Amino acid sequence: MPKDHGIGAPIRRREDLRFLTGSGRYTDDINLPGQAYVRFLRSDVAHGRIKRLDTSAAAAMDGVIRVFTARDFENVGGLPCGWQITSRDGNPMAEPKHPIMAEGKVRHVGEIIAAVIAETPGQAQDAVEAIEVEIEELPAVIDMAAALEEGAPKVHDDLPSNLCFDWGLVEENREKVDEAIRNAPHVVSLELVNQRLAPNAMEPRVAIGAYDKATDEHTLYTTSQNPHVIRLLMGAFVLGIPEHKLRVVAPDVGGGFGSKIFHYAEEAFCTYAAKVVGRPVKWTSSRSEAFMSDAQGRDHVTKIELALDEEGHFLALRTHTLANMGAYLSTFAPAVPTWLHGTLMAGTYRTPLIYVNVKAVFTNTVPVDAYRGAGRPEATFQLERVIDKAARELGMDPVEIRRKNFINPDQFPYETPVALVYDTGNYHATLEKLEELADFGGFEARRQESAARGRLRGLGVNCYIEACGIAPSNLVGQLGARAGLYDSATVRVNPTGSITVHTGVHSHGQSHETTFPQVIAEMIGIPEDQIEIVHGDTANSPMGMGTYGSRSIAVGGSAMVRATEKIIAKAKKIAAHLLEASEGDIELKDGKFTVKGTDREVAWADVTLAAYVPHNYPLDELEPGLEETSFYDPANFTFPSGAYACEVEVDPETGKVEVCSFVAVDDFGNVINPMVVDGQVHGGLAQGIGQALLEQCVYDENGQLVTASYMDYAMPRADDLPSFTVDHSCQTPCTHNPLGVKGCGEAGAIGSPPTIVNAVIDALQRGGIRVDHIDMPLTPARVWSAIRAAS
Amino acid sequence: MYAFEFVKPKTVEEAVAALRESEAKALAGGQTLIPTLKQRLAAPEKLVSLAGIEALKGIRMGDGVVEIGAGTTHATVARELAGSVPALAALAGDIGDPAVRNRGTIGGSLANNDPSADWPAAVLGTGATVVTDRREIAADDFFQGLFTTALEEDEIITAVRFPIPEAAAYAKFDQPASRFALVGVFVARLGGDVRVAVTGASENGVFRWQEAEAALEADFSPAAVEALAPPPAEEMISDLHGAGDYRAHLVKVMTKRAVAACG
Repeated sequence: MPKDHGIGAPIRRREDLRFLTGSGRYTDDINLPGQAYVRFLRSDVAHGRIKRLDTSAAAAMDGVIRVFTARDFENVGGLPCGWQITSRDGNPMAEPKHPIMAEGKVRHVGEIIAAVIAETPGQAQDAVEAIEVEIEELPAVIDMAAALEEGAPKVHDDLPSNLCFDWGLVEENREKVDEAIRNAPHVVSLELVNQRLAPNAMEPRVAIGAYDKATDEHTLYTTSQNPHVIRLLMGAFVLGIPEHKLRVVAPDVGGGFGSKIFHYAEEAFCTYAAKVVGRPVKWTSSRSEAFMSDAQGRDHVTKIELALDEEGHFLALRTHTLANMGAYLSTFAPAVPTWLHGTLMAGTYRTPLIYVNVKAVFTNTVPVDAYRGAGRPEATFQLERVIDKAARELGMDPVEIRRKNFINPDQFPYETPVALVYDTGNYHATLEKLEELADFGGFEARRQESAARGRLRGLGVNCYIEACGIAPSNLVGQLGARAGLYDSATVRVNPTGSITVHTGVHSHGQSHETTFPQVIAEMIGIPEDQIEIVHGDTANSPMGMGTYGSRSIAVGGSAMVRATEKIIAKAKKIAAHLLEASEGDIELKDGKFTVKGTDREVAWADVTLAAYVPHNYPLDELEPGLEETSFYDPANFTFPSGAYACEVEVDPETGKVEVCSFVAVDDFGNVINPMVVDGQVHGGLAQGIGQALLEQCVYDENGQLVTASYMDYAMPRADDLPSFTVDHSCQTPCTHNPLGVKGCGEAGAIGSPPTIVNAVIDALQRGGIRVDHIDMPLTPARVWSAIRAAS
Repeated sequence: MYAFEFVKPKTVEEAVAALRESEAKALAGGQTLIPTLKQRLAAPEKLVSLAGIEALKGIRMGDGVVEIGAGTTHATVARELAGSVPALAALAGDIGDPAVRNRGTIGGSLANNDPSADWPAAVLGTGATVVTDRREIAADDFFQGLFTTALEEDEIITAVRFPIPEAAAYAKFDQPASRFALVGVFVARLGGDVRVAVTGASENGVFRWQEAEAALEADFSPAAVEALAPPPAEEMISDLHGAGDYRAHLVKVMTKRAVAACG
């Protein structure tokens, strides 16, 4: 019988009532009195010099309030980058200015050239079309290897080349790794592409800027995963507005997947322009704009080499990656291919020597930044693919080669050769659970059944690890982060005992409004419906860093626990006074304070009322009121891990892949709400399977985005997916946060792509087709071409 | 979208008259035209909605023929012909998604003649007759290349008359993103004749694969198709979803599967 209350209870999402009945309040649902509308003129060439820009006809059109160009932003900063990477030679990364509007040159399709504010969106668009712009087209650099060649056209004329940085981890180990690979009995190598993806949150981005002349206060309503971060970046670095005069509100947000972490030009524009024109200014992205202005994800080209001994033990690993930054550095772009990627190359294995090299490259494409998993999917993909290839080349079972190299349960805490210390885990346990649930023993019979229908069936496995709950601030500071990565909560107990929690993290699909109350309900013993979660507004939540990297419960939840502990400590003092007992004898259980060993008790609500109506209260020792704030800075990352398996069928005549089954066994540590965790895993799996089989951003050689709509960008649909088997019963609780939680938001998207590709290659190999690798997405055309090339 | 004038006549004659005025465009189910307008990729001065013309709607069964009014939605065809002409019903039931099928019409699809649309394969694959306000056009004369038909500027399709085949099937391979046909093959057996029409594949729009028709007239079996070379790859569409050789190969595979589905 599952619990129906508190931690571990699969209670239904309270958010669903408003989301499923159309009563959510998204940014586009907000309309302010006197609001005007902005539309942007965006570049339709990838690289060019702006020779002439004439806005006079546009400015004279009906309903036009004002036209803006780069000239209006001469005294405004560029969009800042929040993470600095240092190259192997000790130099900081190249960090070109990222202007709000193109200054003299356009560097990717979709870059903003001008903006029109008008009475209606239609009038604004009409005027945008009347802007005369003449662009001298320059050769575009799209391919990363070509961008690094001597004499390649430069995205930024003032930089020496298109190289942003050349990073190594750990540089001191480079020669030792080279030597180990030189001397190893077996070296298995693989070249692969982790393709570029468009995030495609269901809700496109929206921004509304407003300015109150009477108070000199700015307000930005925006689709953000982290309103405090936007306030800090935009206020301090772009527009020069102090925090106390700038409020950022991110109300209901319809999915982010990373793309709504970053500070975008449109946000700064609307905030700035609202003051200039004296009217609220609203921008709602179209889906077409989203394709060419939301930061995109992944886009790595990698060569990985794994050295093994005769028995299949991993000896050393070396990997070289080109990482596409796009035309400018988005907010956290440099962190993704480096500290969120290179540090994960140990995976769940004991590989003693690892060297990772990453060269980040500017190209004439939309900027790339964190997207669900951010670096960890790229690490997992290459590692788990090369292990599969190694198993095949050494004639070993892909499950056994993994098991043989696992970090064993008695080795924790385990320090990897790539800068992380895993606090806990049990990779054997998740793999054993997977073997049980995925029925490996029955595979051969299923394969034969598929073969009878002319289909090739394959089985793929993968054992991933990820680092979540980013992160200890002092550590990330040393690694180049220009921000702290704590989080915060204010727990406000109301006079009659109900509780309002103001949290610094943000819910845009994570179900915080349901799960966070479960934690406090467990701690105090009051029902969940007495607890409300408030988030998404800098005016009513303490400074927090927001939600990404599966950090909400591990960091924000921990802050809430700390604040609640302070509340309980104070409430016990009040209860002791009311019960005329010593504080040390007071116990809190089921919403009641009791004196140990007696039947004397006082209810939670009587204590909270005493705090606010302190007629009988120890005022000489204690302040009235019951409200506490905590900031929590984690001691380490958390390390969710898991073992995934899937079976696929390949139609050898058409190349079409069908996913027949998918089993995900995850170790998330303690779980607050198993139903919500199931949902998070389902969503991650859908996104990962989308990457494996369907999704890709394609630019042509001139930098035109070919996949700029759903006619060509293939999103996963329900009928592309099997019914998932999800298990999180293997739990090694995190050792350093108070809830023992690890985070579950990204796991599915990290673990599923290599599982699918491994299964497809397995299907082909079992069918006698000697194919070692196919780059994602494994579209029917690609699979068919690979089959044809091999036969 | 840009501003336009909108009229909704009650009869075909009024619609034709309205279309004769400059820069007017007929609006059927709007499943292509409305998205095009929303993206400002078309700027007609006037839209002539055909939705108010009752005479264009409905399905009439005749002796060996079925006549589908041009304004009949895909969903209606899928529902009403499921028992009598299952190949047409199945084709209609696999167009787009439920919203598209509830709005989109057979006449609109044929007049647009998208090279990846499904209906052209059925019309050409059965040798149907396209009936307009002023004449009857044989399928073989109707389709004239990408987005091009025999229709005059002011001509309106009123119905499509299909001979009911002895056996027929449509085998469609979806383009993964749009789920239009990457390749769709309609095979029909009518008397001694076999017709094989292919959509999605060719640079010139829907076409008849005559080699397959001849082979199938001699031996109506998947094996007969297997023995053929695929159509020339250089005449096929090449894009990010599949190069010409892949599409040519799929024409053969889908033809085989359509034949097999004919039973």
